[in-house]
Amino acid sequence: MLTALRLRFNIWLFRPKVESGTVVLTQRRIFILPTRQGLAMALLLALMLLGDINYNLSLGYVLTFLLAMMAVMSMLHAFRNLAHLEVRAGRADAVFCGETARFMLHFRNPGTLARYQLVLRHENGGTVTFDAPAQQDSEVAFPLAATRRGWLQPGRLTLYTEFPLGLFHAWSYLHFDMRCLVYPQPVEEAALPPSDAPDGAGKRSVAGDDDFAGLRVYTAGDALPRIAWKAYARERGLQVKQFAMQVGEELWLDFDSAPEPDTEGKLAHMTRWVLDAEAQGLRYGLKLPDGELPPGDGPAHRDECLRRIALFGLPK
Amino acid sequence: MNKPLIYALLLSILMVAAPHAEHLPPWVSALCAALLVWRAYLTRIGGALPKRWLLTAITFAGAGAILIEFHTLFGREAGVTLLILLTALKFMELRSPRDATVLIYLACFIVITNFFYSQSIPTALYMLATLLVIVTTWVQLNGQSIALKPRLKIAATLLLQALPLTLVLFVLFPRVQGPLWGLPQDAFASSGLSDNMAPGSISRLSLSDEVAFRVVYAGPPPRREQMYWRGPVLWLFDGRTWTPGRTARTIAPEFTNLAQPIDYSVTLEPHNKTWLFALDVPDRLSVAADLTHDFQIVRKEPLKARLRYDARSHLAYRANLRESEQQIQRALQLPRALNPRAQRLAGQWRTEGANDAAVTQAALAYFNRENFSYTLEPPLLTGMNNIDEFLFESREGFCEHYAGSFVFLMRAAHIPARVVTGYQGGEYNEVGGYYIVRQSDAHAWAEVWLSGQGWVRIDPTAAIAPTRIERNLAAAVPDNAALPFMARSAPQWLRDLRLNWDAVANRWNQWVLGYNSELQFAFLTRLGMEDITWQKLALNMTFVLGLVVATFALFMLRHLYTQRPDKVQAAWLRLCSRLAKAGLPRAPHEGAQDYAARVAAARPDLAEAFRDLATRYSALRYGGEPDEQARQMFLQRAATFKVRQGIIRAS
Repeated sequence: MLTALRLRFNIWLFRPKVESGTVVLTQRRIFILPTRQGLAMALLLALMLLGDINYNLSLGYVLTFLLAMMAVMSMLHAFRNLAHLEVRAGRADAVFCGETARFMLHFRNPGTLARYQLVLRHENGGTVTFDAPAQQDSEVAFPLAATRRGWLQPGRLTLYTEFPLGLFHAWSYLHFDMRCLVYPQPVEEAALPPSDAPDGAGKRSVAGDDDFAGLRVYTAGDALPRIAWKAYARERGLQVKQFAMQVGEELWLDFDSAPEPDTEGKLAHMTRWVLDAEAQGLRYGLKLPDGELPPGDGPAHRDECLRRIALFGLPK
Repeated sequence: MNKPLIYALLLSILMVAAPHAEHLPPWVSALCAALLVWRAYLTRIGGALPKRWLLTAITFAGAGAILIEFHTLFGREAGVTLLILLTALKFMELRSPRDATVLIYLACFIVITNFFYSQSIPTALYMLATLLVIVTTWVQLNGQSIALKPRLKIAATLLLQALPLTLVLFVLFPRVQGPLWGLPQDAFASSGLSDNMAPGSISRLSLSDEVAFRVVYAGPPPRREQMYWRGPVLWLFDGRTWTPGRTARTIAPEFTNLAQPIDYSVTLEPHNKTWLFALDVPDRLSVAADLTHDFQIVRKEPLKARLRYDARSHLAYRANLRESEQQIQRALQLPRALNPRAQRLAGQWRTEGANDAAVTQAALAYFNRENFSYTLEPPLLTGMNNIDEFLFESREGFCEHYAGSFVFLMRAAHIPARVVTGYQGGEYNEVGGYYIVRQSDAHAWAEVWLSGQGWVRIDPTAAIAPTRIERNLAAAVPDNAALPFMARSAPQWLRDLRLNWDAVANRWNQWVLGYNSELQFAFLTRLGMEDITWQKLALNMTFVLGLVVATFALFMLRHLYTQRPDKVQAAWLRLCSRLAKAGLPRAPHEGAQDYAARVAAARPDLAEAFRDLATRYSALRYGGEPDEQARQMFLQRAATFKVRQGIIRAS
């Protein structure tokens, strides 16, 4: 009964629900309690007060009161350090199992007051400390170790601060619908399966110097002779001419032909295949027990293949 | 732990502990300074902290040495010494933020120990500055990346916000009259008169500027030569030192023919002694104390806090016309074997003089006639017969020499006499309307018992240096004497300055340092509070504190919402209104691009420039992440856009 009540109370107080979009840290969302140092300070102040009374030290009273009132004001400062921050979840780029996933969080400080020493903490104890300067957006990457393939969800994060004196712990919960795709960790080395397409049938185009293949937006570092000056003159912005050449062959990456006995091993093997095939500029398709992906190439195709492998056999 | 934080902690501890150097044993100051320098050096070169066994050894050796020096580890002096030593040692194992927090708390605690020794205004200001340094360091501990200026600002804000709240607490916090438990014997330093007198004891006091007490006269003040503040009375002479002797059976004093009453109030600095000071014979006192048979006012407990009392004295009186035989005998006690020449001289006066009064006159005339001089630096009298030495050889002395030898002569001539110590005179403070009596006004004189007149005050110093009594010490001694600063005759502006300062210090003493439960009661009653109980005080205090904190909260949380005015949109709206004046208003539903197209059609001369502006505006406003450079470019072009000519001025 009591635990049920406590649970209800916690639900009412902390509102543990998943959110999306921008969260504003309103007064209702910020909680504050003294820290261990805060309690130690209270004890010190009590001792000082006893001394003041006993020795009739007027300036001792002044000092004790001054410290106590600074502690009280530091509570307000700690609360203010969090209040009215705006937070939204950003992207989290896919990683391989064993790497560290980075969840991006965007903090906006709309006020004229800089926020210092904000700490993001995960339930597993990992923390990130950052400042949020006045009237600026700050992007914070929260690292989390990816230990299993599939979707990695950070769950509830705690944003807290003990600034300025460390006497009070002000915190708020952030539970965004963030997730990061984790690919299986590829095996060290694996020979690609033999190509089963006739020669020349499965040529594909890769970046090369032979034929004009279209325009793309200029990015820093592109060679000047390749800039499409005509397009620029037509006020279409800076664009770069792309050329391509035909190379490669087509091959199928089959779940069943991976040598490992277990599913995870096969998936790890296939991951290596996809990476190697893409690196060698081949056209490749994917055959999984739950379906297949027709041959293709390019980063988008690779990512799609890896995604299928990562999510294979997992509940939707 | 980064280096700046360690340096800041070192500075905090140094500032807070520095005033203690004055009374710590020199070896402790040296050891602490060495430890701090060592830590600063290790931090600078990035060296490893000393091993634990070494620190343990230093700790135990230090504690042992303190135990030997003070014979205890508790009490004020030993406790403070130990605290400072341990704080310095804590630096040598400062590794984690937790250690730093401990050091910050220790620094706060050391601030309070400074108030055992001084609670003056300069001390208070210095400690406030120290506190600012400590709090700035504290903020640094919790945010090591923050630059000095914002850190200082945060610390100063905290302090300034806490000040009004502190004032509320100071006035309204229910005061309890201490002490809660027995104070250690050394809780308060003693300065001022002691209960014995030897050559040099009063002239040493005359080098001190310290205030003994302050006096406000209810009516016109008495003449200077009547301002004799009686303190300890000394009966017993052992050849060198005068002491009170064993107090005889107490008999209440008897006063007759009282005249010239005078009312005054005294604010006495704590001197850790039982006696209070009053003019001649007091007959009314506002605090509990006894009047002894030799007219001293004595409390039961030594005075450990500043005390203000009202008193009434009579400057003309007959005291103890009948004196008990026992007291007469005490007043005639004499080490007969010593000072034979003085005894012979007294005997000579005795045989010449008709009565006791004539003998006293003969003695005063002797001091006046022979070549005696009044000096702060009398030659050292080392022999057994030091009164003979003084009377017949050196003839240079301070008041204790004159009072002592005079009483000796009287007793040798069989006239009951005793030495009285206390203060004489004082300095008038026009600013505060009161007299300041300093340690340098300490004085000693004689009282003789004459039949028919009782105890009569005779001040032999007045016979040698009348200016000492009529004016002050500075007037009575040569200009080059080593007088304390305050006792010297100073230029008028300097005199005004220090009198003003003393008036402020007096207010400070009475209202800040002397604010106790009684004063609190009186003050709040005057403010209109009735039936003051501690519950009521606590309630009022909580209410006022809540009000002030709420006001602060209102101001503090205001800046959180402030939105940056969108300069881009403002510039766009200005562009639109300029075009509207030129006859091309933007329709409310019209988007930037559509508007630009319409403007271009109507005014081909503006077409290119305005279309560019519209494109830029749309990109900035709806194009995702804002780019500061693009923003500046838009603002600049919008500002230089001219409707009439339609020319973009290149900048």
